[in-house]
Amino acid sequence: MSNNKKRLTAVVVGLGMAGTLAACGSSDGGQGSGDSKTVTLVSHDSWAASKDVIAAFEKQSGYKVNVLKDGDAGQAVNKAILTKDNPQGDVFFGVDNTLLSRALDNGLFQSYEAKGSGRIKAAYRVDQDKHRVTPIDTGDICVNYDKKYFADHKLQPPRSFDDLVKPQYNNLLVTENASASSPGLGFLLGTAAAYGDGGWEGYWKKLKANGVKVVDGWEQAYNEEFSGSAGGKKAKGDRPLVVSYASSPPAEVVYADPKPSTAPTGVAEDTCFRQVEYAGLLGNAKNTKGGKALLDFLISKRFQEDMPLNMFVYPVTEGAQVPPEFVKYGPQAKDPETMDPAKIADHRDQWVKSWTSLVLK
Amino acid sequence: MDLTRTEVAARRRGAAARFGLLAVPVAFFAVFFAYPVAAIVARGLKSDGAWHLGRIGEVLAQSDVRHVLWFTTWQAVVSTALTLLVALPGAYVFARFDFPGKQVLRAVVTVPFVLPTVVVGTAFLALVGRGGLLDELWGVRLDTTVWAILLAHVFFNYAVVVRTVGGLWAQLDPRQEEAARMLGASPLKAWRQITLPALAPAVAAAALMVFLFTFTSFGVVQILGGPTFSTLEVEIYRQTSEIFDLSTAAVLTLVQFVAVGAILALHAWTVRRRETALRLVDASLTARRPRGAGEWALLGGVLVTVAVLLVLPLAVLVQRSLGAPGFGYYRALTREDGGVFLVPPIEAIGNSLSYAVAATLIAVVIGALAAVALTRRDAGRFVRGFDALLMLPLGVSAVTVGFGFLISLDEPPLDLRSSWILVPLAQALVGVPFVVRTMLPVLRAVDVRLREAASVLGASPWRVWREVDLPMVRRALLIAAGFAFAVSLGEFGATVFIARPDRPTLPVAVARLLGRPGDLNYGQAMALSTILMVVCAVALLVLERLRTDRTGEF
Repeated sequence: MSNNKKRLTAVVVGLGMAGTLAACGSSDGGQGSGDSKTVTLVSHDSWAASKDVIAAFEKQSGYKVNVLKDGDAGQAVNKAILTKDNPQGDVFFGVDNTLLSRALDNGLFQSYEAKGSGRIKAAYRVDQDKHRVTPIDTGDICVNYDKKYFADHKLQPPRSFDDLVKPQYNNLLVTENASASSPGLGFLLGTAAAYGDGGWEGYWKKLKANGVKVVDGWEQAYNEEFSGSAGGKKAKGDRPLVVSYASSPPAEVVYADPKPSTAPTGVAEDTCFRQVEYAGLLGNAKNTKGGKALLDFLISKRFQEDMPLNMFVYPVTEGAQVPPEFVKYGPQAKDPETMDPAKIADHRDQWVKSWTSLVLK
Repeated sequence: MDLTRTEVAARRRGAAARFGLLAVPVAFFAVFFAYPVAAIVARGLKSDGAWHLGRIGEVLAQSDVRHVLWFTTWQAVVSTALTLLVALPGAYVFARFDFPGKQVLRAVVTVPFVLPTVVVGTAFLALVGRGGLLDELWGVRLDTTVWAILLAHVFFNYAVVVRTVGGLWAQLDPRQEEAARMLGASPLKAWRQITLPALAPAVAAAALMVFLFTFTSFGVVQILGGPTFSTLEVEIYRQTSEIFDLSTAAVLTLVQFVAVGAILALHAWTVRRRETALRLVDASLTARRPRGAGEWALLGGVLVTVAVLLVLPLAVLVQRSLGAPGFGYYRALTREDGGVFLVPPIEAIGNSLSYAVAATLIAVVIGALAAVALTRRDAGRFVRGFDALLMLPLGVSAVTVGFGFLISLDEPPLDLRSSWILVPLAQALVGVPFVVRTMLPVLRAVDVRLREAASVLGASPWRVWREVDLPMVRRALLIAAGFAFAVSLGEFGATVFIARPDRPTLPVAVARLLGRPGDLNYGQAMALSTILMVVCAVALLVLERLRTDRTGEF
């Protein structure tokens, strides 16, 4: 009796396992098998686009778009480089000017000049002789401030890098780990651009002495430590200054319910570093034709105008309209710090190393 | 003459059988572990066909790297000591006392072990971080201190000690100790001379596992430690994934490899010295109701520890998942928002379960074959070395394994990169050591004379195993399967690199949701973690039932 029961249990368990295995196998469709009707976009976790805009591209081009979000910005680039001999998709979107050299030096992309790239503003163009990457969007990494805190304390919010080391802003700023986070790295590069090769370390010593707090990622800095964001208020964040984006104030308005008449946060104008994100056709892409069509689409007017409210970035092409929330609450910085990608390539790793020893250890 | 020939033939048959048993695990580890790890290390240390071993010295000379090594070691030592201190009384209570709700509680203490580290990190932040419970009550904050890390390590590894040590303790015949007492030994002396030696291999195995887990700790340190604390594993992740310094990552991987190898070798040596055939009895015979004030106090103390250390963080988790009215966060899980995933987050449950079942199946088959082969008394030096090798996947960075899979399993005949089996394979890698570790002490404790007697009476090797070993190790096998299942469910480090975005597992889904701004995403992450916790608890409860159904048979 008990033996029969045992056997029955064994059979049931066995069948269950076999069933599950079969289910795993059968649901494995033809995805990623390189059929020419599907084009695969590899990107980072922040990728977002409106459904109808993607649908319009699919209808017009005849390709189905498959998106592979492959970790945060740095991870996605590194993974793409590691798998470049046999890539996981056709187009990669999301390598920015701080990491561009890493992608180009490792031969991640093949040449393709996207149709309509004549409309891209001259300031964002790079790699003009080989056309391995196409600029897609831009944004500014800036210190944001909590308006309420500074009003309550009758204190002028800081405007510049120099202001941040002043005693009245002691223990107010939170930033991100430059080796782990793209705004953290952008902020470091901004200071390096402002103070030069010889001066940035001295600046950071003063910043450290003035109580800058470093956390690992933007999420933690902005949504937990910063007192001005919706998330930070909930988490009782106590730092009224944070390294974030120029587009963060409009995001605070767009996502709020009910919508406030003015943004609860502002941007310290002279602390900005300009970031540009690029896309390119992967070196060993299986569907190069589809990949090229997708790249053309990414700089089309329709996509460029769809981006701002999905990814909170600005378009790079002439004539693309910016949504009113952006104009009102988050204008682009007038005179951001910039740096030549070649210079970033030469110094980035060494700067990050020195920064880590200087600030974290 | 005849006798010698039979002996030689038997020995040959034994060697052949052992070879057959070992072939599958060896092949499995060669293809799915050694090859991918070697590929990623080679990517870091080899360029233009030449190895650059000089990098090893350069990297090790850096003070940052030495700092990381030092921190990794001392926090692991302290975590292990704390875990043993807190969990050994628990192991005793679970092994020897009968009390209402024991089965449920046994499953409850195991739940933390299988929770994704991101969830545990967040739950501890809610407990000891800013605005957390301790902050509200006494204004105490422990986040970004080493205490938060140590506490979370004890939280995680409590079950390892209770299960590994308690499992054996429950089967030790208490009459041996009683006999010693009868012959005049003091309680302490009887315990020291009878129980402790029998228990030592299990305690050593448990301590080793805890040390390994804390030495290679990743998620907990990253979340609770902030950017200043870094273990080797975290540093490998940073070097590979963020800084993209593959040569430094490769050197650190090798360092961790050597360190873990040394620990394992030491462990293998101590265990071999202490191994004895034990007299094992059915666990249900050894447990009884506590007697006297001392024993009740011990039980009470253990229950309070479990409540404060293990249940409280989980309760905070559940409470946060219910933060929206009308189970709002749970209902949101069924919606396909197209933002975080291509599928509704709820589908992660089905994915996780089917992956974990497949991984368990692989781990149990591979692990059991290896354990049986390793049990044989005539096992040679090579075979015993393999015992330690089997543990290596636990000590090698999951990031290394994940990246290794990506770059090495991408060509026919092993083009598995887009296949579903990749995830269970990676999960099984961490499951196999559990199966081997859990089964081996019990298998080795089976009195060899029983086997010999069966052989003499004409039983074939297979029949000997079925009739002698299997009945005695069945419960160990079930515990092993349970562990493998649970570990597979919670595996994060490697899965996050290889799970496809349209088929996320629960831990991967939780991490993605946590990485997005807004209350709704945070709440959904908490809700999904709660579901994962419940799934684990139910699976473990089923296992407990299964176990008691059968223990009466031998």
